[in-house]
Amino acid sequence: MEHLAILPIIIPLLSGILMLLPPVCRDNWRQRILSLAALGAVLLVSIRLLALSASGEIQLYVLGDWQPPFGIVLVADRLSTLMLLLTAVLGFGAMLYACGGDDKRGMYFHPLFMFQMMGINGAFLTGDIFNLFVFFEVLLISSYALLIHAGGKQKTRASVHYVILNLAGSSIFLFALGILYGTLGTLNIADMAQKVPHLEPSEQLIAKTGALMLLVVFGLKSAMLPLQFWLPRTYASASAPVAALFAILTKVGIYSILRVFTVVFGEDAGGLAQIAQPWLWPLSILTLIIGSLGILAATSLRQLIAQLVILSIGTLLAAVAMSRVEATGALLYYLIHSTLVCGALFLIADLIFHQRGKAEDRFVTARQMCQPVPLGIAFFIGALAIAGLPPFSGFVGKALILKAADMNAEAVWIYPAVLIGGLAALIALSRAGTSLFWNISREPDACERTPKIKLVAVYLLLATSPLLVIFGGPVSDFTEQAAIQLHGMSSDLEPLLRPGGKS
Amino acid sequence: MEMVYALCVGILTTCGIFLTLRGRTFPVVIGLTLLSYAVNLFLFASGRLSTEDAAVLQDSATQYADPLPQALVLTAIVIGFAMTAFTVILAMRARADMGNDHVDGRLPVSNEESPQKEKN
Repeated sequence: MEHLAILPIIIPLLSGILMLLPPVCRDNWRQRILSLAALGAVLLVSIRLLALSASGEIQLYVLGDWQPPFGIVLVADRLSTLMLLLTAVLGFGAMLYACGGDDKRGMYFHPLFMFQMMGINGAFLTGDIFNLFVFFEVLLISSYALLIHAGGKQKTRASVHYVILNLAGSSIFLFALGILYGTLGTLNIADMAQKVPHLEPSEQLIAKTGALMLLVVFGLKSAMLPLQFWLPRTYASASAPVAALFAILTKVGIYSILRVFTVVFGEDAGGLAQIAQPWLWPLSILTLIIGSLGILAATSLRQLIAQLVILSIGTLLAAVAMSRVEATGALLYYLIHSTLVCGALFLIADLIFHQRGKAEDRFVTARQMCQPVPLGIAFFIGALAIAGLPPFSGFVGKALILKAADMNAEAVWIYPAVLIGGLAALIALSRAGTSLFWNISREPDACERTPKIKLVAVYLLLATSPLLVIFGGPVSDFTEQAAIQLHGMSSDLEPLLRPGGKS
Repeated sequence: MEMVYALCVGILTTCGIFLTLRGRTFPVVIGLTLLSYAVNLFLFASGRLSTEDAAVLQDSATQYADPLPQALVLTAIVIGFAMTAFTVILAMRARADMGNDHVDGRLPVSNEESPQKEKN
């Protein structure tokens, strides 16, 4: 049991390696079974970790028993276990969908998916900022390969941009780490938080440069305004299960911003307290505006959903910029909702894509779909949830974020931006639904029915939205507790640096 | 020593950024490589530059070299190497798929003669 915290990294790693070895590597069914079993195991471990962290205890896993701040540590607190569970649920849904046939359209889908899961889980668990870089690279290199899964011109084109941008981002990340190590002499997040308030004024400026360079990198990952241009094409051209899994990648950026700029450069950082917030506030509002414009301008369903991802990022960044306990709690609730629903919408878009013949998912008149009813219901639920209409989780999430805004200063900016964004989403989605489902030129001729397993995966992810509302009380309590723990971390670093009996 | 070192890192970074902003994939790959060299040197310097300091604990030694940046650089080199290899393959595939080596997959319109040549 004491090794529980590292299992979310080890299980995908080992099963990914197993899939490359003879008894499994040639047989698609064996790979599928192993994938689903591994993801199921990760799901169970995440639930167990979440239950353990709910008591408020921070589990510290010290690798090789090298004591922090010198060794590498994994930190499983409420925030990271919550993100782990979210990743596991989304990964399971996406893999279930891929088992409907998408995994056969290219090579090595299953091992790459496993390595991607390993990278994401590692990024959420690590308590060391250089290790964060390493796990970023693990998840990026598998995402590069997954992006061109199934091939095609569009994918190669999107991939060139995505890879080059992220490589430049990695260089900036390393520069920032070098600057921070040069000034602080440590890369352990808790130890950095301890040392930042004691910096000399001359060193503060250098450390600030490093910190803001980190913000650029995390902004690139999370698609913040001037760095969001790669996202629509990348997400719109990726194959469906990959795009669904990518829904969590932008949230890795949000998580890193939250972790670094709350714990290290948070309220207790002396001269460097809250350095990111003055930048995040205008950028988040501008991201919301550009997302709303993008939604209205989208010409195909997948582009529309990619723009919706940007809109949700804008909302999340605004909540990060508020940097209060209530806002962070609300943000986490909205983050769960937006990740799962965006993932489900990418899968629905793919189902629609395959049933409309040459029209694909563009908003033009085309033949009727073979199964308009199950797809229509799924699209309707997903659209209502993402636009933020009751009775689904988007409404609750947005309401929580708006409630957390300060009525005097912040509400003037965030209310119009979020609400107009919601209106734009509603207009665009209703236009999309009308043209996809009702603008019909003729009956379908050759009908190719969707495999049942794909529909199951879509409805599984969509079901989380009403569940988030039904269990809204416990979930929002947990996210609020996670926010309290995160904001309290910088003033009480003892449990992160002195592991007790547990290691 | 510091001046020469800093100039090296600065020049490498400048060249790297300039080449990364070029339009064709080959200069971009070279630019990224130069950037990663600059980064490696920079990381190495973050443990402070010094000569003839002990790396391992000794009774006689008073000054020690910081071992951590060296470990970091090693990790960064390995990752950078893998990424460069991937980018080269991707650039070759893009050249085959698109029919040209521009990063956008199509040559700018103002360049009137070259797209014709590329297509033929």
